[in-house]
Amino acid sequence: MTRRILIGLAVLFAALVIVLPVAAIVSRAFADGAGAWWAAVSEPETLQAVRLTVITALIVLPLNIVFGLCAAWAIARFRFPGRRALLILIEIPFAVSPIIAGLCFLLVYGAYGPIGGALQPWGVQLMFNLTGIVLVSLFVTCPFVVREVLPVLSVTGEDEEKAALTLGASGWQIFRFVTFPNITWAMVYGAILATARAIGEFGAVAVVSGAIRGQTMTLPLQIELLYNDYNTTGAFAAATLLTALALVTLVLRGLIAAIHPARGATP
Amino acid sequence: MPVLQTPLKRLPRRRRSPLPGLGLTLGVTVTFVTLIVLLPLLGLGWQLGQLGWSDYIFVMTDSRTLAALRITLTAAAAATVANGLFGLLLAWVLVRYRFPGRAALDALVDLPFALPTAVAGIALVSLYSQNGWIGALTAPFGFEIAYSWAGIVIAMIFTSVPFAVRAIQPLIEELDPAEEAAALTLGASRWQIFRAVTLPQLMPGILTGTGLSFVRSLGEFGAVIFIAGNIPFETEIASLLIMIRLDEFDYPAAAAIAGTMLALSLILLVAINIAQTRLYRRFETGA
Repeated sequence: MTRRILIGLAVLFAALVIVLPVAAIVSRAFADGAGAWWAAVSEPETLQAVRLTVITALIVLPLNIVFGLCAAWAIARFRFPGRRALLILIEIPFAVSPIIAGLCFLLVYGAYGPIGGALQPWGVQLMFNLTGIVLVSLFVTCPFVVREVLPVLSVTGEDEEKAALTLGASGWQIFRFVTFPNITWAMVYGAILATARAIGEFGAVAVVSGAIRGQTMTLPLQIELLYNDYNTTGAFAAATLLTALALVTLVLRGLIAAIHPARGATP
Repeated sequence: MPVLQTPLKRLPRRRRSPLPGLGLTLGVTVTFVTLIVLLPLLGLGWQLGQLGWSDYIFVMTDSRTLAALRITLTAAAAATVANGLFGLLLAWVLVRYRFPGRAALDALVDLPFALPTAVAGIALVSLYSQNGWIGALTAPFGFEIAYSWAGIVIAMIFTSVPFAVRAIQPLIEELDPAEEAAALTLGASRWQIFRAVTLPQLMPGILTGTGLSFVRSLGEFGAVIFIAGNIPFETEIASLLIMIRLDEFDYPAAAAIAGTMLALSLILLVAINIAQTRLYRRFETGA
């Protein structure tokens, strides 16, 4: 009896709080039929937003992976002063809320900030354009790859790498043929989470994008713009794209976790 | 996701690792972290330093700032209590019972993490506004959830419920069924068993889960602003007020509010980590 009540309550909560919002998005987006959805999605401004979002993700992804692998290798394999402090700094972006993250970038890299101001005379502008969007996206996604790869590196140990070293392998060969096969899935897992976050980030990007119509609008910003314009179908149609992305992310995560249960345990 | 607690293994004491790549990888890491994390955070500190104490007090005691802080803190607290209860319920059901759709329910719990906040925001407002599926049900009773404090709470519950579930779940998995069985043979009722045997062992998870949920709720922006209504003194959250001050180019005011919120979050996170370590230690020593 208790069992049935508890399961019933849990399912009811999940349905009301988690499933219903997603159902509402799809229902609103297709309220006027698939034709209206398609017309809204292929609207030039929305397409421009999709393009900017994809470009941002394509720049952020490789930088994230290179940084994540370097940081994990340095922290897992070497002792140096400030090792723990470095890890804390890498994880801090998870504790900083989006608006505050954006504000921090504006204060340093904006026209009135010490670095942004110094670059101003050379005509270099870092905020309110693609550079600004990329910079804050790097901030909000910086912990993902490290926190997946680092635990795996620590667990696998360095015996195999030392063996390769005594056999005369170069640093690159050790990484490519000994280390990388062990951490591939952890890296892919972290990279998927980071990319999904970069594509969906709203608050931090809203602060530094400048929100110039048809120019610096990423897809989440475009959704807000359409919504405030009372273009409901347009906003919800654009939202279905990001919802689909979220569902694909969940499925990919589930698949990787099923194949490689040894990956990091972060949700 | 747990914040600031990736396990860090102690390395053996020695002069130098024979492995190559320290210079290159540490160089890349330090450069990246300096440009992307450290300088922006220092920028906030620098701006706060320029502000001076009296200006800081002036900004923070402004009635609109105080109202925004009060709304944010109370809504986050309410959402956290709800998430503690629902998190415990969901985690318990997911671990203890086998039923059709369990795997789907387990996967669904992560959906709020995966769904971009702006999408969650417009989805929630369309549900809870007068002509939405849920809003239409409550409207006849003169009770509107959207554009009110309750709406803010709903949005905060949505974005942070996975923290609670995922923090409590592993602890329920680790519970020893023999202890509950022993209590049962000693004549304890099911409620007594839960209260005296099970719940204390789940406390570290409940603490972490609700703590992370609270911190996340304090800073939530995208999911909240659509449903909040954003009326100053009534439904304006702190994050939005920071954004408004920025749009007015009032950087000092924005920095003062942001610095306060960030300090509060970091202090809470550190406190959670310390409390959690202590609770775990108490169970390990069996006290």
